[in-house]
Amino acid sequence: MKTLVIAEHDNLNLAGATRHAVTAAARLGGEVELLVAGECCAPVAGQAARLAGASRVIHVDAPIYRDQLAENLAALVVSLVKARACGNVVCASSAFGKNLTPRVAALLDVAPVSDVTQIFARGRYVRPIYAGNVLVSVESDEPVQVLTVRGTAFDAAGDGAAAPVEEGAAGADVGLSRLVSRAIRRSERPELGAAKIVVSGGRGLGSGENYQQLLAPLADRLGAALGASRAAVDAGYVPNDFQVGQTGKIVAPGLYVAVGISGAIQHLAGMKDSGVIVAINKDPDAPIFQVADYGLVGDLFELVPALTGSV
Amino acid sequence: MKVLVPVKRVVDYNVKVRVRGDKSGVELSGVKMAINPFDEIAVEEAVRLREAQLVAEVVVVSCGTAASQETLRTALAMGADRAILVESDAELQPLAVARLLKAVADREQPGLVICGKQAIDDDANQTGQMLAALMGVGQAACASKLVMSDAAIEVTREVDGGLETLALPLPAVVTADLRLNEPRYATLPNIMKAKKKPLETLAAAALGVDVTPRLRHGRHDEPAPRKAGIKVADVAELVSRLKNEAKLI
Ligand SMILES: Cc1cc2nc3c(=O)[nH]c(=O)nc-3n(C[C@H](O)[C@H](O)[C@H](O)COP(=O)(O)OP(=O)(O)OC[C@H]3O[C@@H](n4cnc5c(N)ncnc54)[C@H](O)[C@@H]3O)c2cc1C
Ligand SMILES: Nc1ncnc2c1ncn2[C@@H]1O[C@H](COP(=O)(O)O)[C@@H](O)[C@H]1O
Repeated sequence: MKTLVIAEHDNLNLAGATRHAVTAAARLGGEVELLVAGECCAPVAGQAARLAGASRVIHVDAPIYRDQLAENLAALVVSLVKARACGNVVCASSAFGKNLTPRVAALLDVAPVSDVTQIFARGRYVRPIYAGNVLVSVESDEPVQVLTVRGTAFDAAGDGAAAPVEEGAAGADVGLSRLVSRAIRRSERPELGAAKIVVSGGRGLGSGENYQQLLAPLADRLGAALGASRAAVDAGYVPNDFQVGQTGKIVAPGLYVAVGISGAIQHLAGMKDSGVIVAINKDPDAPIFQVADYGLVGDLFELVPALTGSV
Repeated sequence: MKVLVPVKRVVDYNVKVRVRGDKSGVELSGVKMAINPFDEIAVEEAVRLREAQLVAEVVVVSCGTAASQETLRTALAMGADRAILVESDAELQPLAVARLLKAVADREQPGLVICGKQAIDDDANQTGQMLAALMGVGQAACASKLVMSDAAIEVTREVDGGLETLALPLPAVVTADLRLNEPRYATLPNIMKAKKKPLETLAAAALGVDVTPRLRHGRHDEPAPRKAGIKVADVAELVSRLKNEAKLI
């Protein structure tokens, strides 16, 4: 059965998350086709065509897809699934995928499965529930399997020989939402979800200035991405997309450095699959130490500059 | 105009759940239950809209067993006007809930639905988007700001990399994220008042929705615990272990 992977992009570049989705899609068996829908997004279709494992790219170019809004995209995906007899729809568990795929599933009248971390076969999966404290096996006989997959659980597909790109027809504008503005931060640092090292800060940092003064130099030295706890985001130290956790980003870098973070289960949900965890906290009983490979008890205002100076 | 707020009864977010011995599910007996935290935020937002006289009525709805009445009373104590329990003893999966909510929306004709972004038990993050699809209306998931005018809303959403703002005609479905507001505590007088507010019970079957689960949940496992780490004496030891033992830097 054919799988349709919905490519995530900004009309210029294919998102890294889609590479992981393609690897997951291949586990379902059958051909893997990618949908690249957008406006003037031919470069993205080209990138998608070179993904190892892609058998075809369907490129749909129209102004109504420029902003990647769920209503028009979902309608397009549903019509493609029907016209091309796709048995599966796969997308990354990103903000984009989580927004879009349930709408697709409801229109197809099938139950979607979110945040898949293991695929045994088509219709047999594992996914985390209860903030990752439980892993449940899920079986589905739905005629179309609609999945979002965790990037941390599937390798990124590399590049291969170019697959054919087919032009697809756009649908009608459903006119249910309109983009007013978008403020996306571009950072020189590695992307949080894909970084090999993540330095995260919590309420213990005390302010946005402290966060920047202490953690940015450490992240620079390590070539790390910066992350945060919910408390640090809520207090305005850093933007919302820094949040790691049950309801933020899920990361699994080789090294995760948690600074001034207590280790609430909602935070652990987003980082406990990291390779090595380092925690710096003045409270020796902070729960973060239960998952830390290396714990350093003490005042972060002394320890972090010292660490930055010695790596 | 009416706002409909779906609220779910879930295990309290402070509880660390345990898998039952036979791995068939999570141990729920004797566990503290609460309103889903995101739904509390959704209720707060709806009540604020009414307090600002932008909407006339806040109706809360929960699908589940009779115990969900407690969750509805919590929402009423926060300021919702009226509650509906869609009663069912069956396991209700997000698609079934979305279809039940669609049936309730058909009866109530809300101008706006505010769901939570995700239920902290199933962590699905699906129901609001599916309800929007079934209602044939626009959606704004993971809202951190909502501005309402006559026949439209502007919603700022938390997305990967930052924020985006959408304009949607009403009716529409919004899902609430953590930073939409800080929910109030229900005061004792309001808890008492909530006991007298109307709470209607509908049988799920009476809504003509087939709620049979589409997904089968098999084995439940706790993830392998991380092996115990160590406390290091100082920065020098940390750096040396990261270099020589973990070989990470
Ligand atoms: C529905 C829901 C979803 C949530 N989702 C998330 C999520 O996705 N991600 C997330 O992170 N949280 C989430 N939370 C919040 C979570 O429960 C915690 O409140 C949050 O993680 C705490 O952040 P923190 O560790 O930075 O703050 P705190 O718990 O306040 O910890 C601060 C730590 O800093 C230490 N400290 C203070 N000063 C110093 C110093 N000078 N030197 C060294 N250490 C110091 C303290 O000892 C303490 O351990 C969620 C909560 C709910 C209810
Ligand atoms: N049984 C239920 N009753 C009422 N609302 C629900 C129920 N299940 C889910 N919801 C709503 O849908 C949101 C998302 O849930 P979920 O898709 O399960 O993560 C929740 O925050 C609630 O607003």
